[in-house]
Amino acid sequence: MPKTLYDKLWDDHLIRQEADGTALLYIDRHLVHEVTSPQAFEGLKLSARRPWRVGSIVATADHNTPTKGWEKGLEGIADETSRLQLQTLDSNIREYGALAYYPFRDPRQGIVHVIGPEQGATLPGMTVVCGDSHTSTHGAFACLAHGIGTSEVEHVLATQCLLQKKSKSMSVEVNGLLGRGVSAKDLALALIGKIGTAGGTGYAMEFSGSAIRALSMEGRMTLCNMAIEAGARAGMIAVDDTTIDYLRGRPLAPAGEQWERAVAVWRHLKSDPGAHFDAVVLLDAGQIVPQVTWGTSPEMVTDIAGAVPAPEDFADPVKAEGVARALQYMGLAPRTPMTAIKLDKVFIGSCTNSRIEDLRAAAAVVRGRRVAANVKLALVVPGSGPVKRQAEAEGLDKIFVAAGFEWREPGCSMCLAMNDDRLEPGERCASTSNRNFEGRQGNGGRTHLVSPQMAAAAAIAGHFADVRVLL
Amino acid sequence: MRKFTQLEALVAPLDRANVDTDAIIPKQFLKSIKKSGFGQNLFDEWRYLDHGEPGQDPAMRLPNPDFVLNQPRYRGAAILLTRDNFGCGSSREHAPWALEDYGLRALIGTSFGDIFYNNCFKNGLLPIRLAKVEVDALFDQALHAPGYKLRINLETQSVTRPDGKALAFEVDAFRKFCLLNGYDDIGLTLRHADKIREFEAVRRIEQPWLFSESK
Repeated sequence: MPKTLYDKLWDDHLIRQEADGTALLYIDRHLVHEVTSPQAFEGLKLSARRPWRVGSIVATADHNTPTKGWEKGLEGIADETSRLQLQTLDSNIREYGALAYYPFRDPRQGIVHVIGPEQGATLPGMTVVCGDSHTSTHGAFACLAHGIGTSEVEHVLATQCLLQKKSKSMSVEVNGLLGRGVSAKDLALALIGKIGTAGGTGYAMEFSGSAIRALSMEGRMTLCNMAIEAGARAGMIAVDDTTIDYLRGRPLAPAGEQWERAVAVWRHLKSDPGAHFDAVVLLDAGQIVPQVTWGTSPEMVTDIAGAVPAPEDFADPVKAEGVARALQYMGLAPRTPMTAIKLDKVFIGSCTNSRIEDLRAAAAVVRGRRVAANVKLALVVPGSGPVKRQAEAEGLDKIFVAAGFEWREPGCSMCLAMNDDRLEPGERCASTSNRNFEGRQGNGGRTHLVSPQMAAAAAIAGHFADVRVLL
Repeated sequence: MRKFTQLEALVAPLDRANVDTDAIIPKQFLKSIKKSGFGQNLFDEWRYLDHGEPGQDPAMRLPNPDFVLNQPRYRGAAILLTRDNFGCGSSREHAPWALEDYGLRALIGTSFGDIFYNNCFKNGLLPIRLAKVEVDALFDQALHAPGYKLRINLETQSVTRPDGKALAFEVDAFRKFCLLNGYDDIGLTLRHADKIREFEAVRRIEQPWLFSESK
């Protein structure tokens, strides 16, 4: 019977299955960060267990790390809990070991979902888990990758396995080509706008079609990263030359004869012709234009040429009520054109959009222009040390700084405001991150999700603007 | 997880109903990065006269001499006797963590908060539901007999009083099996350790690049 990519990945990791469908899946790669791991390590210790295979662990500190004042080290972190979490990760990894550890201030440190692929720690055909919902990112490499809770982190540490029930499968086929100024982020937001944030709930999503084949690995990671915002615990894309070219020569990727063997295996990581999907969604890439969210859920999104809707546009009373609440929180009046929404801050970064290609795209818009006077803070936070150095080698930092952006050290930063980078109550931000929930970027903060190009255009204009006009 | 088979231990009677998870472990202690160490703040607001904050030295606190666990006759108690609806409130596992860390192994009451009841089994604690008349009688005996102990046998599902009277209790067969053997989810998975090892060995040969061990 023809198999989907998801079927293949599932079958390849299945150790055993209970009568009720609960399966024991083998985990190849365990990504660990400072926020969701302490109690898992503690649990191990309390029950006198050891990690099953420390060679599967790749660890870094990212959620709590500051993006400036690195020369002050841990002393530069005012919040005691944040500091303690970094210290605890240090001591746990020192005690138990890992394949690789990139601590705070290491030149290779960065957002866990940026550094995994960057170091070649994420390889096709792997099961990848991390105590973080955006682990779906790694599905871009034909991995079965998803976020897990702290008790599951402990379970994976102790057993190298995860208890799982198989999801249904969804094919998201995107044909045609994305237009100039339109990115994978716009595609992700347009998809979520179409199927809703629960549209993928219970499904593993596979992205395919000519538009997906045309995406770079960075673009594919952005798309799979947002699969979780569409409700799917896992998103994935088949292996092709783009995947293989990206991985060749990465520090933790195989080399020599093993590389050849690996590539031969990886080439099979795609759905067979005629494989059955439980649901199919079709999108035409050519129809997608730059997207901007207006509400407090990623599905509350519209075209840049569009306007904020009114509650009465929604027939479902529950939905209308939700829209009314969102507009109140966001401080927006119905029918406001998106281009009339003025901004206080701009954030370019996060596991969704902080890779080199994202920074290049934003810099291309910013070059030779100035951040608008009403924008109090425009931040660029590279996803990792290597991304930062690459950008600096290309002179992107100078373009940003000349325009009035701040160029920071890598980390999760203002995506979730666990460090000092945050919105003040009522402040409005164009953000390249993934969640526009109430308070996500700081208590009372108002988040609009956009692509890096659109964030750059918004910083220059001081309000949302169609980046295609600036290119 | 610690096995629970039999236990003969001192009983501390906590004569209150609806003891919620915030009372068991107040919220200021939840920011910890640890799963252990909550025992010293178990029932913090009742146990101490001063306000508790994380990081305090327990020796510097002002214990409330009236609180049951502070009374010398109940020192070392491993069985807590309670009233209705113990453990109502939050789903956080900090409440069973705190009880277990303090040294309690079993709870006896008429009813327990639903989620809390489940969480107890995941953390090696045995919550026992008995009829109201039985619980009333236990309170009566415990309060009037210093050094009052009960014998709990999970295998036979019985609580035996010092006077020899045995009280039967119900427990879900699967939960009983897990507690008797000390199996949490991890313990259950590790019963298949041989299969995992076998799977891993094959994988290591077929796809050795997944097992690079240095850098």
